[in-house]
Amino acid sequence: MSSREDILAKIKAIPMEESPLPEIPAFDFLIDHKAAFIRAIEANKGEVITKKGLKDFIDINRFEKILSLVNGMESLSTQPLPSDAHELNDLEVAIIQGQFGVAENGAIWLTDENLGLRALPFITEHLVIVLEEKSLVSNMHEAYQRIGAQHSGFGLFISGPSKTADIEQSLVIGAHGAKSLRVVLR
Amino acid sequence: MSHPAKASEFLQDAAKAKWHDETLWFVRDKRDTISKTIPEWEQLRELASQIKDNVLANLDHYLVEFEEKAKANGIQVHWAKDAEEHNQIVLSILQNHQCQAIVKSKSILTEECHLNPYLEKNGIEVVDTDLGERIVQFLNQPPSHIVLPAIHLKKKDISELFHEKLHTEKGNEDPAYLTHAARLHLREKFLGAKVAITGVNFGIAETGEFVVCTNEGNADMGVHLADVHIACMGIEKIIPRRKDLGVFLRLLARSATGQPITNYNSHFRSPSLGKEIHIVLVDNGRTDQLAREKFKNSLKCIRCGACMNTCPIYRRSGGYSYGSVVPGPIGSILSPGLDVKKYSSLPFASTLCGSCTDVCPVKINIHEQLYEWRQEITKAQGTNAKSISMKIANGIFAVPFAYQVTGAMMRGALKILPDSITYSGLNTWGKQRDLPETPEASFKDWYKKNRS
Repeated sequence: MSSREDILAKIKAIPMEESPLPEIPAFDFLIDHKAAFIRAIEANKGEVITKKGLKDFIDINRFEKILSLVNGMESLSTQPLPSDAHELNDLEVAIIQGQFGVAENGAIWLTDENLGLRALPFITEHLVIVLEEKSLVSNMHEAYQRIGAQHSGFGLFISGPSKTADIEQSLVIGAHGAKSLRVVLR
Repeated sequence: MSHPAKASEFLQDAAKAKWHDETLWFVRDKRDTISKTIPEWEQLRELASQIKDNVLANLDHYLVEFEEKAKANGIQVHWAKDAEEHNQIVLSILQNHQCQAIVKSKSILTEECHLNPYLEKNGIEVVDTDLGERIVQFLNQPPSHIVLPAIHLKKKDISELFHEKLHTEKGNEDPAYLTHAARLHLREKFLGAKVAITGVNFGIAETGEFVVCTNEGNADMGVHLADVHIACMGIEKIIPRRKDLGVFLRLLARSATGQPITNYNSHFRSPSLGKEIHIVLVDNGRTDQLAREKFKNSLKCIRCGACMNTCPIYRRSGGYSYGSVVPGPIGSILSPGLDVKKYSSLPFASTLCGSCTDVCPVKINIHEQLYEWRQEITKAQGTNAKSISMKIANGIFAVPFAYQVTGAMMRGALKILPDSITYSGLNTWGKQRDLPETPEASFKDWYKKNRS
């Protein structure tokens, strides 16, 4: 008997009482979505900025390696999307479009079509996500309702810059992934 | 070695033990604070518990559904009945790709299967990429906590270690500096690895996708740069529907570290063009645990670590005192299921205060199961010094005259007996505690004299 059959047969042989799958209620969340979202991003050590703020961020730091995949903001790119993600290793800024944001925790939903390459939001030194204000949902239940049966090979909630507290519980931003997250809310 | 013996070792360094206790309590406190911002928190716990009950009652059905969907999405699914088979499957995938070096993100399952030593024995370099795990890997130690692997170490220890391994400045203990050094070191490893291994937080039967949660982004850095992603998953990690993630992702990080959600919550459904995803579904004792009516609920665990952070014993004895892959209260009900003899002292490493049960996001009755394991173990082991004294006490309490006589005797004896007898090894209560002053008379005598 293969291990698959073996495992399934062992489970089947165990007498189990029925246990119904519960329905998940909607849970009201009646506060100001925008204010809650900004608070959550800031608590996660990210920043919410304007389009002008993005321009200033790029100008002041004189970034030279920028990749923008956002419709209407392509001109910010200084290089094309490579075919191999390893070539993104020295990328300074990635600018991508978020599908929607979650007010309760600052999470932003992205899928393959937003990322170009799946490694992009991780390997870049700084990450900028452009998000429409009207796209905000209240909580994770509404988020999955919004995702629905969407079929993407890879989907991702990002809620802040890469971080760790593995050394004496001291929070350090920029563990392996992006050292900063800026959200352009428009 | 038993839990008490190893706990004594941990307590040798009193200052470090105090720091450990206070730091984990701080994490527990953050969990409390954030859970109170969610009015439906208790309802979420109840839902999570019910969803997991439903999973356990229909596990074969969900596993088959998950496999079917995952295969349709282009994922290769493997089944392993035990740790050995799991390790062989992983090795054969690596050999098929002529892979000599891998990166691995946090996976308690691969710790349980002792995958690292197995692969290393077969000539493969394994790099753990979670910062805490990399630190303990450098020291040849296992993680001491499932969420905070290096919580038993101080920054001075890590500074010395990184000076030796990564040539950081001697004496520089700045966590930001040390983390940056690890970032540069691990970046090279990420760029060079052809295969990346991750654990799985949730596998969704409805869609065949699986979810991996991290704060560092190390799982994603590994898998998106590699050609092959191997995800190792215990069979109990299944949840039925995509929307169930709404419940679990609201609970997981809040319970674990007091943050509203982990930074990166990646949903893997199908591989990128030209790449491969493999899932290894592992039993390794889980079906045995499922068959134990009293203990099957332990399989509902989502590995948040909240029961460790709150446990007065774990905080004061450290993860290594348990000698098991999963330490703390949940480890003390999971481990005896794997080897009841080896882990027989763990269910006793508890005050049965029930705090673990109170914080558990999936409402596992942890302290009740600890109590149940004690019954099983005591039945199997027979009597010990404590049970003999309990039998004597039982005889004394059952006979009022015997109680009066022994009471008077003990009041007299405790005054004159030398400490070497009063605090002998038989009196485990007397370790690090002083007996109270003995009163002149019993309460009964006092009452007769003063109130009647």
